[in-house]
Amino acid sequence: MNRDDLIDFVYDEAATIDQMRWDDWLALFHKDGRYWMPLEWQQEDPILQPSLMYEDRLLLTVRVERLAGERTFSQKPKSRCHHLMERPRILSMGEDGGVHKLRTSFIYTETRGDLLERYSGWVSHELVEVDGTLQIKLKRINLINFDAPFSNIQLFI
Amino acid sequence: MDRYRGNSQAIADLVKGHAVHRDVYVDREIFELEMEQLFPNCWVYIGHESQLKNTGDFITSKIGNQPVLASRHRDGQVYVLHNRCPHKGVKIASEPCGNTGKFFRCPYHAWSFKTDGSLLAIPLKKGYEGTGFDTDQAARGLTRIENVKIYRGLIFVRLAQEGLSFEEFFGDALSTIDNMADRSPEGELEVISQPIRYMHTCNWKMLVENQTDTCHPMVAHESSAGTAVNVWEREKDNFSETPMAVQLYAPFMSPYEFYEGAGIRVWPNGHGHTGVSGSIHQDYEDVDGYQAMMTEAYGKERAAEILGDIRHNTIYFPNIMVKGPVGILRNFIPLGVDKTLVESWVFRLKGAPDKLYERALMYNRFINAPTSIVGHDDLEMYERAQEGLHSNGNEWVNLRRLWEDDEPEETTEVVNGTSERQMRNQFYAWRKFMVQNMDQAVEAAE
Ligand code: FES
Ligand SMILES: [Fe+2]
Repeated sequence: MNRDDLIDFVYDEAATIDQMRWDDWLALFHKDGRYWMPLEWQQEDPILQPSLMYEDRLLLTVRVERLAGERTFSQKPKSRCHHLMERPRILSMGEDGGVHKLRTSFIYTETRGDLLERYSGWVSHELVEVDGTLQIKLKRINLINFDAPFSNIQLFI
Repeated sequence: MDRYRGNSQAIADLVKGHAVHRDVYVDREIFELEMEQLFPNCWVYIGHESQLKNTGDFITSKIGNQPVLASRHRDGQVYVLHNRCPHKGVKIASEPCGNTGKFFRCPYHAWSFKTDGSLLAIPLKKGYEGTGFDTDQAARGLTRIENVKIYRGLIFVRLAQEGLSFEEFFGDALSTIDNMADRSPEGELEVISQPIRYMHTCNWKMLVENQTDTCHPMVAHESSAGTAVNVWEREKDNFSETPMAVQLYAPFMSPYEFYEGAGIRVWPNGHGHTGVSGSIHQDYEDVDGYQAMMTEAYGKERAAEILGDIRHNTIYFPNIMVKGPVGILRNFIPLGVDKTLVESWVFRLKGAPDKLYERALMYNRFINAPTSIVGHDDLEMYERAQEGLHSNGNEWVNLRRLWEDDEPEETTEVVNGTSERQMRNQFYAWRKFMVQNMDQAVEAAE
């Protein structure tokens, strides 16, 4: 993997979400991958500190299948989203036990009906190589206002 | 034009038992009266004592529309004060919590106050000599709230001078708080993290009512818990044990018969709980070592009694819900007639294994977070109700499920678990505390 491969991965991952290609998105996660949104400043522990989300593939699959459900009323009408991202910064090229680490500044917009909500912060990716392709070991979203009282955040940042 | 202010009959007429008028959810004047009458007349939760460990620690909160402040004074006591400078009204503490040191200092003109509220110092004090300042209310500092009760660490406040005592107001309902605290081998709870906050564009009472609405989970949560159950059915062969996540999600899909049998208990003054003889919390896996700890602390029989009490949701009228077996307290804070801030707090059971705290935190983010799919199901329904209630097609909200003509109002009883009995119970209390002292207040003003 070279630097461009890593950077492209981060942009491509966001594109699968913006295009609502959920199955492609789930396939980017390692089998033990996690999606994490902390609730505390510089949080270290996802287990004994509170988080907004800390989900494995099983739970992410539930979310994705729910989005398409016939009786998913909070998705009538459906939400849409958009990622605007700064160029990812590469923090580690696998020096850390084969884990590539990137950090990306973003503005994320989620809209449903006439409402539009905006969130911003930094997303950290920890990527590993499996059979020559990159997979997400950890995707961590640090919102700048993680402690604010949000309304529904229905899709994925 | 005031339709309800000073008109206790008009307010009482909004509650018919088997129905309530939509104005209780959508009318701005009713909301103002709730802030002025209902909340001050009740014992309202403002926080937990463990948030005030050290001298100078403080928390801020609101009772109705009144900003308040609680602080730990050097005499070891907690004082609850109106969060308002006696000079020009500036809020003294603006953060949710913190430590102020030895005194509070107003940021505007630097009047300072001891942590029990009394006035400590004013710059250029000379300027007040001979002005009669000593006899001014301002000279007494931050106005102290007299009616404060700390029960098993939970801090409750009644703003109104007159009213029911804490014990009269809650009565046997305190048993849920007891059970939650007794689940700690040391008998104590503590708050060690921030709450999950969730903004709802709906009336606060919709949330409170939903806590004992047992006819909606299998319907509204088919999308979340239902999908979770389906995905698990498909995937479970790949797992050696049932993940904690599935144990938490799956019981939401319990059928009507389950909830019917589980029962609802009502108490006077609007309190009540679901899950009398069974609940969605009854089948969680045992946590290693916990049972032994509890037996050691309480003896076998008492420990079994504590852990066997698996109440689902307990409403403490007017606006908190306690989930004893999980250790969660939800505070439904009214901000406007159609705006409610929900704060969901997790208590740590002192001396208990971390696994229990882990499970409570997990439950909180699965069910009570703005990122929770279960929460999305519920909020969607509240928002639709908040809009739908403006329809002139019918001005009444129907609460007739298992209603009886001569339903007693101030009583303790256990009923069918799918009854709307507890919602009606809340409205009997709502009417009572909305109009309490109202006629005297009107006479005094005349
Ligand atoms: S307003 Fe507080 S000191 Fe003047
Ligand atoms: Fe619900």
